[in-house]
Amino acid sequence: MPSLSELKKRIVESQLWRSMFRHEYPDTPRNRVLQIMANVWLHLHPPKIRRHAIRVRFTWCMGGITFLMFLVTLVTGVILMFYYRPVAEYAYADMKYLQYDVPFGMIMRNMHRWAAHGMVITVWLHMFRVFMTGSYKPPREFNWVIGVVLLTITLLLSFTGYLLPWDQLSIWAVTVGTNMARATPFVGSEGPFGELVGVTSRYDARAFLLGGTLVGPAALLRFYVLHCIFLPILISLLMIVHFWRVRKDGGISGPL
Amino acid sequence: MAEPKENTTLKPDAQSAGGKEPVVADRVHVWPYLVRNEFICSIIVIVILTVWSIVIDAPLEEPANPTQTPNPSKAPWYFLGLQEMLVYFDPWFAGVVLPSLIIVGLMVIPYIDINPKGNGYYTFRERPFAITTFLFGFFFLWISLIITGVFFRGPGWNLFWPWETWDPHMVIALTNVDLPEWGPLRWMGNPKIFGVELIGLVLITLYFSVAFIVYYMKRDTSDTIRQLGPVRYGIVAFLLLTMMSLPIKALLRLAFNIQYVWVTPWFNI
Repeated sequence: MPSLSELKKRIVESQLWRSMFRHEYPDTPRNRVLQIMANVWLHLHPPKIRRHAIRVRFTWCMGGITFLMFLVTLVTGVILMFYYRPVAEYAYADMKYLQYDVPFGMIMRNMHRWAAHGMVITVWLHMFRVFMTGSYKPPREFNWVIGVVLLTITLLLSFTGYLLPWDQLSIWAVTVGTNMARATPFVGSEGPFGELVGVTSRYDARAFLLGGTLVGPAALLRFYVLHCIFLPILISLLMIVHFWRVRKDGGISGPL
Repeated sequence: MAEPKENTTLKPDAQSAGGKEPVVADRVHVWPYLVRNEFICSIIVIVILTVWSIVIDAPLEEPANPTQTPNPSKAPWYFLGLQEMLVYFDPWFAGVVLPSLIIVGLMVIPYIDINPKGNGYYTFRERPFAITTFLFGFFFLWISLIITGVFFRGPGWNLFWPWETWDPHMVIALTNVDLPEWGPLRWMGNPKIFGVELIGLVLITLYFSVAFIVYYMKRDTSDTIRQLGPVRYGIVAFLLLTMMSLPIKALLRLAFNIQYVWVTPWFNI
């Protein structure tokens, strides 16, 4: 029997181990940098950071928590997709099935919903913090613009998901929300100058959103596709740009 | 969070560790100091979220029924600020134009705020106008309207205190009038050209011309206006005046029962 330290040495020096972990672990400045640089997930960070930037009272952790909330909705959302069908006849029954029959279905649904609401709040607080620290000022102007788009997509993601339970709460909330599109100037049937353009309630901005004149099966399918495919891909792409630009615009903001 | 104990004075080995980056005494290693914070923060948030999800169930009401409209029908809570604006403006403005202007207005902030101070630290004294405007918009025009919409609006979108029962048959006298019919202005009659009310047109033109008057009066004396230049100043003034039109309309409505300031055949404001 080899001794424990001998065994560890044999494992750590094996070809398999060294092919996975490119550097050693002991706490040296070099390894601290390599921990970040050699790790695909952590290399989003710079190896070193300004001292004030790790203080909670400076960042409130809000950007990170928003991202965490997004990851939670992503994971729970994929699980919910296994059990949910975006068809008017099945959608509500699938919700009941999820709540009462699927193991851990209720908690998956709860976590998805509360994380989504939490994400709306944290993204507002993140914007608030960024404004208060003046972090949108040069050279970070454009990252603020991307952030505003991300905020809008977060609201749209939450709104499209709101319809999917297909209960009274969701259908009427979405009816109220999408009725606004009817009033769009020029392209809404009840909006200013809509008559001049010639749009009707069957063929205007709202009908384009809903796939019909009311929140029906077509709207459910549309919102499902937007919620599960289009908007998540869009927000992921923009998040990549957002995080990348934080680094490229000089890292997290701070007094010059 | 604990302060990092890392010695940040220059050490010979710190230079090699940083690679090409210039060694700044103010910097600490991300591993472990930042990653540790992120890790702890994630655990706390996940624990809170899990407990919350165990204790409180997401709502699920009766199946969707297009023939049965609940009263009140409320949008999701984060849009109730917009729904609340519908009380004071028509849908085309409250539901389409204002939300678009909010988004565009937020986007242009970095390009119209040319004050170089307060970049990367908390300060009120060095940027009082920017912070006051933002706080007013964020808390007074967004958060407080959401709170009103969530907690104080009942059937018929009428105001209820949380302890009052919602009475769907409550009778509210509709005493709202348009501005030209409002007492002090009634003596002028209702002069129109092509169906467009003149009083409203004049008042709104006057409202936005405040920006021009201030510009021409102050441009020689105010450093701020000179640095902004006419284009940036115009955008700031337009967005600010549009933003302030919401509390003005709310005041006119709540205090004087005035519904529209300006009526035209195509749209009302």
